[in-house]
Amino acid sequence: MKARTRLYAALAILGLAAPWLGLYPVFVMKLLCFAMFACAFNLLLGYTKMLSFGHAAYFGASAYTTGWLVTAQGWGTIAGLLGGVAVSMLLGLAIGAIAVRRQGIYFAMITLALAQLVFFVCLQAPFTGGENGLQGIPRGSVLGIIDLGGDAAMYYFVLAAFAAVFVLIRRIVHSPFGQVLKAIRENEPRAISLGYQVDRYKLLAFVLSASLAGLAGSLKALVLGFVTLSDVSQATSGDVILMTLLGGSGTFLGPALGAIIVISLQEYLSDLVGAWVSVMIGAIFVVCVMTFRRGFIGEIERRLGRRV
Amino acid sequence: MALLREPILETRDLVKAFKGFVAVDGVSLCVRRGEIHALIGPNGAGKTTFFNLLTKFLQPTSGAILYRGTDITREQPADIARRGIVRSFQICAVFPHLTALENVRVALQRVVGSSFQFWRSARSLSQLHGRAIQLLAEVRLEDWASTLAADLSYGRKRALELATTLALEPELLLLDEPTQGLGHEDVARVAQLIKHVAAHRTVLMVEHNMNVVASIADTISVLQRGRVIAAGTYDKVARDPQVIEAYMGTASTKLAGSG
Repeated sequence: MKARTRLYAALAILGLAAPWLGLYPVFVMKLLCFAMFACAFNLLLGYTKMLSFGHAAYFGASAYTTGWLVTAQGWGTIAGLLGGVAVSMLLGLAIGAIAVRRQGIYFAMITLALAQLVFFVCLQAPFTGGENGLQGIPRGSVLGIIDLGGDAAMYYFVLAAFAAVFVLIRRIVHSPFGQVLKAIRENEPRAISLGYQVDRYKLLAFVLSASLAGLAGSLKALVLGFVTLSDVSQATSGDVILMTLLGGSGTFLGPALGAIIVISLQEYLSDLVGAWVSVMIGAIFVVCVMTFRRGFIGEIERRLGRRV
Repeated sequence: MALLREPILETRDLVKAFKGFVAVDGVSLCVRRGEIHALIGPNGAGKTTFFNLLTKFLQPTSGAILYRGTDITREQPADIARRGIVRSFQICAVFPHLTALENVRVALQRVVGSSFQFWRSARSLSQLHGRAIQLLAEVRLEDWASTLAADLSYGRKRALELATTLALEPELLLLDEPTQGLGHEDVARVAQLIKHVAAHRTVLMVEHNMNVVASIADTISVLQRGRVIAAGTYDKVARDPQVIEAYMGTASTKLAGSG
């Protein structure tokens, strides 16, 4: 327990000090947004064993909604974020209600198909800017009190949001609801025979995951000031699966670490090797699957014999 | 006096046909309140299919299932559990990466109604620990409360499954081969446990072990090729020539375990 407290304290200090360590703040914010996205995805894959192939739909739909609300509708930052999360929540409810009735590959195919539907809506709808996406999204301020225009203020805002989501996910996993999810994951027929209507629990997990993925997307839209079709694309859905598995699904820190690895590689290697970066990330994934299936954090936990 | 008791579970002409094969072929069965009713039969007689029909894991092709006089033929599996019918599985059904205490607590939790609370700490469940320990004690597992279910011996897993089932305070327990895969001593132990917990409940069990059936069952129904070929007390059923033939292939031998 003590070692874990120390680890989290060190990570918190690192997070707070990051802007002074010479890292480009916008890049670190982008990392945090994707880390949040991967943690939200992990709530589904890692803790309920449901593999969604279309999580970019919630990430992107929320990003578009927030972008549109604060630019075209003149909403405030917080209201815009909440609006985005509300849309991803409803989208998660609609898609989840259909998908949780099926298992395994069928579940994955339904989430994929419906996410593609969302992608094409975003391509065609008048308010998304089509191929151009939404540009020039203002960061605004927190309820008119704290101006988020500067990178330092925005950074701490994003960091606080990430910390809150991280704590929330830990709480969900360790809640009475989390206990039921664990039981369903371990032995679904038995959970049914104990009287649990398992579809409802899976749906709630799905909606929570979609909402938090949406929050990550909306924050990213504010950080970078634009939303593009790639935010709702199949490639982004694939990236988040990769991040989660690489870092370690079913661990708290794994998805965040996976996001940092994947985004850093994409960012720095694409200047050097261009499109080959996808091949290299693919190769890393193959090595991961063949040699350390639990992912980085999963493997460390196994070696240490305890959870972090 | 068992015959005078009211029926708690009844099936009427229950049929389950798979493609080109009738697994359950018009079974009418009556389980009376307070008895231990054993369902026996050779391999492939349709016992497990029949069980899955009762617990709604399969939908019957035709026929009706009545629980305390109410037609439950078209209900969902989780609804059945809420009515007080709880099943066990042929393969031991525990939650392996939960501790023994947590296994029982998961069952208690639903009744308390906190199962959708994702914002509360799991510590809020500690109010259930007293009752959970009590249930573990009922199957003599109180010393293993904080052991992961996966690390328990097979016999203890069976006992844990029973404790979890009891947590729902079922009126009717459906046990699918509760002694399968158990060692000699464990068989007797689990049989005694079943008898112990059946004191205020009704039990319908599929069982292969004739010693267990002979020692604890009040009524026995024999299933063969999807049909009930005999029903009654052990002594009556064991002398039934049709039953002996079904088991031994000849009517001249005595049923194993009846001596």
